[in-house]
Amino acid sequence: MKISTKWLSDYVNVDVEPQVLAEKIERTAVEVDEVYRLEDGLKKIVVGETLKVAAHPNSDHLHICQVDVGEDEPLQIICGAPNIAAHKKVIVALPNSRIAGNVKIKRGKMRGEVSEGMICALQEIGFTEGVVPKKFVDGIYFLPDNAEPGKPVYPYLGMDEDIIDLDVTPNRADMLSMRGTAYEIAAIYNKKVSLPHLEVKESTKDNVADYLKLKADTELASTYLMRLIKNVTVKESPLWLQKRLWNAGVRPLNNIVDVTNYVLMDYGQPLHSFDYGKINGNNITVRLAKAGEILTTLDEQERELDEHDIVIADDKGPIALAGTMGGQSTEIDGGTTTVALEAAVFNSSLIRKTARRHNLHSEASMRFERGVNRATVAEALNTAAQLIADLGEGEIVSGVAEGSLEATTPVEVSISLDKINKVLGTDLTIDIVADIFKRLEFGVEINKNVFTVSVPPRRWDISIPADLIEEVARIYGYDNLPATLPKGELTPGHYNYTQKIIRETRQLLEAAGLTQAVSYGLTTTAKAQRFLMQPSEATQLSFPMSSDRTTARMNLISGLLDDIAYNVARKVKNIAFYEQGRVFYREKGTERPVEVEHVAGALTGLFETATWHNTKTPVDFYLTKGIVEHLLHTLGVTENIRYVQANGHEEMHPGRTADVYVGNEFLGFLGEIHPNIAKEYHIERTYIFELDLKKIITMPKQLEIYTPISKYPAITRDVALAVNKSIQNSEIVSCIRKNGGKNLAKVELFDVYEGEHIAVNFKSLAYKLTYQNKKTTLLDEDVSKDFAKVVAELKKEFDAEIR
Amino acid sequence: MGLKDKLTELKENALKEINTAEDLKKINSIRVNLLGKKGPITEVLRGMRDLPKEERPNVGSFANKVRDELTSAIAERKERIEIIKISKRLEEEKIDVTLPGVPVKAGQPHIIMQVIDQIEKLFLGMGYQVVDGPEVEEDHYNFEMMNLPKDHPARDMQDTFYITDKLLMRTQTSPVQARTMEKHDFSKGPLKMISPGKVYRRDTDDATHSHQFHQIEGLVIDKNITMADLKGTLQLIARTVFGEEREIRLRPSYFPFTEPSVEVDVSCFKCNGQGCSVCKNTGWIEVLGAGMVHPNVLKMSGIDADIYGGFAFGLGPDRFAMLKYGVDDIREFYLNDVRFLKQFSQRG
Repeated sequence: MKISTKWLSDYVNVDVEPQVLAEKIERTAVEVDEVYRLEDGLKKIVVGETLKVAAHPNSDHLHICQVDVGEDEPLQIICGAPNIAAHKKVIVALPNSRIAGNVKIKRGKMRGEVSEGMICALQEIGFTEGVVPKKFVDGIYFLPDNAEPGKPVYPYLGMDEDIIDLDVTPNRADMLSMRGTAYEIAAIYNKKVSLPHLEVKESTKDNVADYLKLKADTELASTYLMRLIKNVTVKESPLWLQKRLWNAGVRPLNNIVDVTNYVLMDYGQPLHSFDYGKINGNNITVRLAKAGEILTTLDEQERELDEHDIVIADDKGPIALAGTMGGQSTEIDGGTTTVALEAAVFNSSLIRKTARRHNLHSEASMRFERGVNRATVAEALNTAAQLIADLGEGEIVSGVAEGSLEATTPVEVSISLDKINKVLGTDLTIDIVADIFKRLEFGVEINKNVFTVSVPPRRWDISIPADLIEEVARIYGYDNLPATLPKGELTPGHYNYTQKIIRETRQLLEAAGLTQAVSYGLTTTAKAQRFLMQPSEATQLSFPMSSDRTTARMNLISGLLDDIAYNVARKVKNIAFYEQGRVFYREKGTERPVEVEHVAGALTGLFETATWHNTKTPVDFYLTKGIVEHLLHTLGVTENIRYVQANGHEEMHPGRTADVYVGNEFLGFLGEIHPNIAKEYHIERTYIFELDLKKIITMPKQLEIYTPISKYPAITRDVALAVNKSIQNSEIVSCIRKNGGKNLAKVELFDVYEGEHIAVNFKSLAYKLTYQNKKTTLLDEDVSKDFAKVVAELKKEFDAEIR
Repeated sequence: MGLKDKLTELKENALKEINTAEDLKKINSIRVNLLGKKGPITEVLRGMRDLPKEERPNVGSFANKVRDELTSAIAERKERIEIIKISKRLEEEKIDVTLPGVPVKAGQPHIIMQVIDQIEKLFLGMGYQVVDGPEVEEDHYNFEMMNLPKDHPARDMQDTFYITDKLLMRTQTSPVQARTMEKHDFSKGPLKMISPGKVYRRDTDDATHSHQFHQIEGLVIDKNITMADLKGTLQLIARTVFGEEREIRLRPSYFPFTEPSVEVDVSCFKCNGQGCSVCKNTGWIEVLGAGMVHPNVLKMSGIDADIYGGFAFGLGPDRFAMLKYGVDDIREFYLNDVRFLKQFSQRG
């Protein structure tokens, strides 16, 4: 809502700078988007009179104009506007002036002729296209004939008025009007409003009942009123009215429509004017549309209506979409002589739906959606009727046609002083609070510290005690509230176990060298369905915004691969990411997905780059596995972990993927992504892991208990064996452990070799076996005996050659 | 030549030899040669047998003196050689300390998580619990329990990703409030919670809009919670995140789930309230929304609004991070450009 402080000063007199007023409004009522004058940034723009207009010899559309700008000699200005004419008062940008967009106008030549400035259209001095009167949209503007050449144009056009643009919150519909805003300003500054009330002069010749019979369902329109103005002349509005409209952001059209818009801004009451001559019959009905009914609205759109749209209908059918937009068939035009003027209160939720469905959000629909002042419907109607009669030289038919009329009474709300102070944390007195209610022009009665406040209908947002507390707080001033912290019973503040593990997981992975990524939770269905750890249906949005974000993710890896692809495309090639977040699994036949906390990682390129001091470390399967092992171990998952060769993941390299189990519980998987996936993302070899963090959280953990460190020395033995390539380390280790004897404390793999020094299809694995006893010093020969047994078993079980 | 003279001559020659020795090996062989069983001093002492009885103690003590002198000369020389040796080694081992250190391989938290962590810690310290809620939420909790019935005009303020008529991607973390209030047992003390998490809006992504972002919802319900308590709490948030010198101011606003509702501005941390591009010359930056919990919200969650009341606030870690670090494009947070993420590694 654009508030002209000049208009405002007609209603309430606060003698402060607009910036100060705006700041006060912002601190007390609603947000302010902007404070400006249309003339801001303009320089040397004056009234000119076109004395002579001649065609430019070297152009088919330019004219050479001699323009009186109040100086001794007229200026010669070249003008290309199609509507340029002699003996008109025009807007002249003098040499060295500034027009809209901070453009400097200089003396120059156009096709060989000197041009000393520019004759301007309204848009060129900062008017938005949407508020320029239609007939001046494609040309220059003509000022009133009495404009004085050489004087600045700003006062003539209302450009010297200060405009405060309010961003009105949905609850403060009262501030979508000049009068409502005036009440608010008066309360803030402790002033009184003085609002003019235009008297209606009715013609006594006939009565509106002879012309109109209204019928309105009160569920659809709690108030529905019409007046008739006869013998009007449709023409341009006077400039004072046009100025008020364009300063409010509305385009002037003609005196009838302009008056309805003016009253809309003044009272916040939307009105609609019908050309009575175009209405079929005398009966006007407010009803719901029938499915399939068609209405062509003022914007020339043919709209198919349904049974949720409220329409105004005559004998033949709908003539307006109630509260939203009029119909073309009854539009006011140059030939209109009788105007049927409507003022109503329509059902806000239906208007809201209609405005949404037809994408018709207008100044009117917005006010009906948020609520209008029910106390001034009739007054707004009368004011508009009288203005139309005045400006169109018409006469008002006596009487108001009534389809419905809702009685309005103030709402009474009670609240105690104690409650106010208890909620705000203040020590306000009866007097302070009572004064605030009085400033707001609420009725107030006080009985033993209890206020009974009667709230006028213009403040429909107030209905409960909490609403009154807000009024007191904001007028008293939030700056005046003390700043304290909640007192009361102490409560422990700590993470629960799940939250703790989630945060520990993040820190562990960061310490292990992975950087946290936060990717999008919504992705394509195809990407959502990849890297699945369990069967799941996709959870899809019913109206996605883009085809890239349609489905809730069911894995974290897809998002991480998107991140890697984004980096690789920007030449960042060494990446080690992890992400912790939720995946959304949905069972067939259910609507709601289960949200499971997962953790995943993705690594590509070099884990560590070569430096002058160190060699590079490329990422690979075992580096990735090391991170997973570290994570599980540190989170207390230490027993029965198995890494099982897995070739069943479609998106993974079949030879380089392991499923992770704890006992028989599947935790997740790790490995290299399939080359086809890497190709699709245009990335190099990438290693990933994804684990079900929820399972890790709920899993039983190994308790950490002190074990005494053995005082007796350990003895080691190394064994290297050549075995068939297909034999896995885990098989050999478990064989060693099984047959190692009671003193075998540790088995470590320390070398793996494949190549020219070993037969094709064979590999060499070397292990260090550590023997130790906690109670005694081991004898070399005992260890040798145990070791020999293991070696024999290895030979037997794997057909191994001991090297 | 008497024995004494012999010893004196021996001593002088030996001292010469000792004091010109250059390494430990040499000094060792000098020691063995001089003081060993077959050494010259032993030999001299052996010759004492031929001396008259009364001279023996005199010569004997002189010989011992010589031996002691030589022993300590050897020890001194040895020490000296070691000092020379070590200082030579230190000289040789000098390195260029200006060569760069070996980089430590360390990952780091995402910038938004850093902001969330900071705020979580603040509130844990004040006895709040951290509560998580579902990202796929019911319309019932996301809107209706927040005093936003169907057709409420404020529903226009947030466009929603619906999944079905009743299910949606939550547009705010506020539904966690309702879920927690429903369950809370006030006989066990007040409810003090924050709820961080992802939220979703049906927006087209651009520099200032993202269909996914984060929120932290805060809620306190007890018998004597005041708006002044809210103000003090908000001040603490502002000072924790943006610096100890920050001031806040409250402005009236509208949220269906609070009454009164306020927007909260923090004094500009870039210009200290003088006016700059960050605060658009106002000296203040809008950082969050808050208010006193609407009685309808309490009632819907089964709480007696005549006895209990409280405050709620909702803040955006994304917005906080953008303001604090001067990030001008919200999409940066979710594209995970390593060069972006690595810029924010400072702790504390």
